[in-house]
Amino acid sequence: MNVTKLMKGNEALAEAAIRAGCDAYFGYPITPQSEVLEYLAREMPRHNRIVLQAESEVASINMVYGAAGAGFRAMTSSSSPGFSLMQEGISYLAGAELPCLLVNVNRAGPGLGTIQPGQGDYFQATKGGGHGDYRLIVLAPASVQEMADHVFLGFDLADQYRNPVVILSDGAIGQMMEKVTFKPYQKPTADKSWATTGKPASRKRNAISSLFIQPERMEQHNLKLTEKFNRIRESEIRFEEVNTNDADYLLVAYGLSARIAQKAMDLARAKGLRVGLLRPITLFPFPEKRLRELATQVQGMLTVELNSGQMVEDVRLAVEGRVPVAHYGRMGGMIFTPEEIERQLETFFEKAYAN
Amino acid sequence: MQTDEPVTHACVPDDYDVAYHRPAALMDVNMHYCPGCAHSLVHKLLMEVVDELGIQDQTIGVAPVGCSVFAYEYMNIDMQEAAHGRACAVATAIKRLMPDKFVFTYQGDGDLAAIGIAETLHAINRGENILIVFMNNAVYGMTSGQMAPTTLPGMKTTTSPFGRDTKFYGAPMKIAELVAQLPGSSYVTRQVVNSPHGVRKTKQALLKAFDWQKQNAGTCLIEIIGNCPSNWRMTPLEASRFIDEEMVKSFPVGDIKTPDQPSLAPTPENL
Ligand SMILES: Cc1ncc(C[n+]2csc(CCOP(=O)(O)OP(=O)(O)O)c2C)c(N)n1
Ligand code: SF4
Ligand SMILES: [Mg+2]
Repeated sequence: MNVTKLMKGNEALAEAAIRAGCDAYFGYPITPQSEVLEYLAREMPRHNRIVLQAESEVASINMVYGAAGAGFRAMTSSSSPGFSLMQEGISYLAGAELPCLLVNVNRAGPGLGTIQPGQGDYFQATKGGGHGDYRLIVLAPASVQEMADHVFLGFDLADQYRNPVVILSDGAIGQMMEKVTFKPYQKPTADKSWATTGKPASRKRNAISSLFIQPERMEQHNLKLTEKFNRIRESEIRFEEVNTNDADYLLVAYGLSARIAQKAMDLARAKGLRVGLLRPITLFPFPEKRLRELATQVQGMLTVELNSGQMVEDVRLAVEGRVPVAHYGRMGGMIFTPEEIERQLETFFEKAYAN
Repeated sequence: MQTDEPVTHACVPDDYDVAYHRPAALMDVNMHYCPGCAHSLVHKLLMEVVDELGIQDQTIGVAPVGCSVFAYEYMNIDMQEAAHGRACAVATAIKRLMPDKFVFTYQGDGDLAAIGIAETLHAINRGENILIVFMNNAVYGMTSGQMAPTTLPGMKTTTSPFGRDTKFYGAPMKIAELVAQLPGSSYVTRQVVNSPHGVRKTKQALLKAFDWQKQNAGTCLIEIIGNCPSNWRMTPLEASRFIDEEMVKSFPVGDIKTPDQPSLAPTPENL
């Protein structure tokens, strides 16, 4: 049975974690995502699940490691500075191939920055973030509904690929209230025969480790991981397109920025300019192929991000120089208006407007 | 990863009684430890205890980053290899999710007392029902002998080439005494393994600790004065003497706290 509620993004995500069968949540308070820990501190015990406020994000991520290594559905959430602190642990999780769900409700930085929304952690999330050669599956919700949906999807993908999954949200999506519908969900059975649950006589011992001291074996492991990341690139790209059929110009934006960009697109269309929008839902894997296709159709692309230009690099790589790709960003917790973006379209695609 | 089963060497003639053998829970493989290193001995003791209690199928160990990083290659039980210093956080999660299992961490002094001190103290303060086997050899063995929080005053290491100056670096950290002050700790003891007597006492301590864990008494910490002949630049015999003559001065041996006997260390109440 579907259940519809009016909820904050962070709370919808927390409720989804319970409904997704999350066995354990470990976290440390930080604005703008503390509601996740608060909600779960209240609700998890009722479901006989483990919730624990750790002494730091370093501890939370390593608790996630322990829980995931023992075969449980485990997650943590934080915001930018806290997520930075987790990076070593995330690298270990990726190296040991442990499935888990990690949430970064992005605020503006660098440093302590501000608690307002930002998208400055795009590089950190999509390029690995910690040391060594690895990728995370990165989901970018643009609504409270997706804050919930991505939890189910994230846990399932994590189990399927034995890889950490990140939900890269932002302070606005985390804090805003919207309608959210929870559909019935059946947790898929995942093979966790590798988990450390105590070694019975009937099987060999299980070890969770990312250590490969011989270079030959380390390289083998790296190749295995690379092969996995390529499979993810093949099968898990998700994006949304609006008005791309007849588009001469394309806006590319994710999360909060995509919502504002969509309004800007409407304004531009009202002025007669055929603008479309591509919203990546997975930031890794990135919808490169589709962007490359669209590059043969449109005359230019504009990425709109709450940073100084991060995703724009991936868009440029994708289109391989076929069309000009510009970036427009606001930073420091400042958010663009649709009008502002529409003016940027005019600036970048002056000629088109002039016609 | 699933690891290989041990190779068994049938080297005992049929008509001999085996009086002393490798514990079944210890893999029959060569260890990488230096000759005379205490890590291998303590691994064996731990696995003897697991054998004697019959809990091989219920025990989950957490290995550190340090010379004992490969503990999971040697102990024939399910294990996780934690990031440097984070074993207590990893063990916390395992134990919370599987409260009926026995969970222990095995950590060096750099791992536990330096980089991992926060995770260690907080796990103990929460009274996590885990056993912490703390191998104090007063140096960073794995990274070739740098100064540790437990390095003795005046002791030369590669990063204290003129001897540890306590005015500059403070005095060695007495971890057992420190954690005994936390209400979450139950059984806290410091032992040596450089004599048959010490080995027997250490094994008894391990047995006790698993028993307390069964009773959910809180965190047990067994500090074992280990050694590092290689980085101490000593023969194993000299290292053994160094423990008796120097190490025990800074790190007195014996029980510091038992569950029925409250902390001997000063607590806010009895200060
Ligand atoms: C984050 C991080 N910092 C530093 C290191 C390097 N490192 C590996 S082991 C170690 C110290 C180990 O010393 P100890 O815990 O005393 O164990 P021992 O080798 O003496 O048994 C250090 C500093 C690391 N692996 N990870
Ligand atoms: S370096 Fe020291 S602690 Fe490490 S194995 Fe050798 S003797 Fe043992
Ligand atoms: Mg040491």
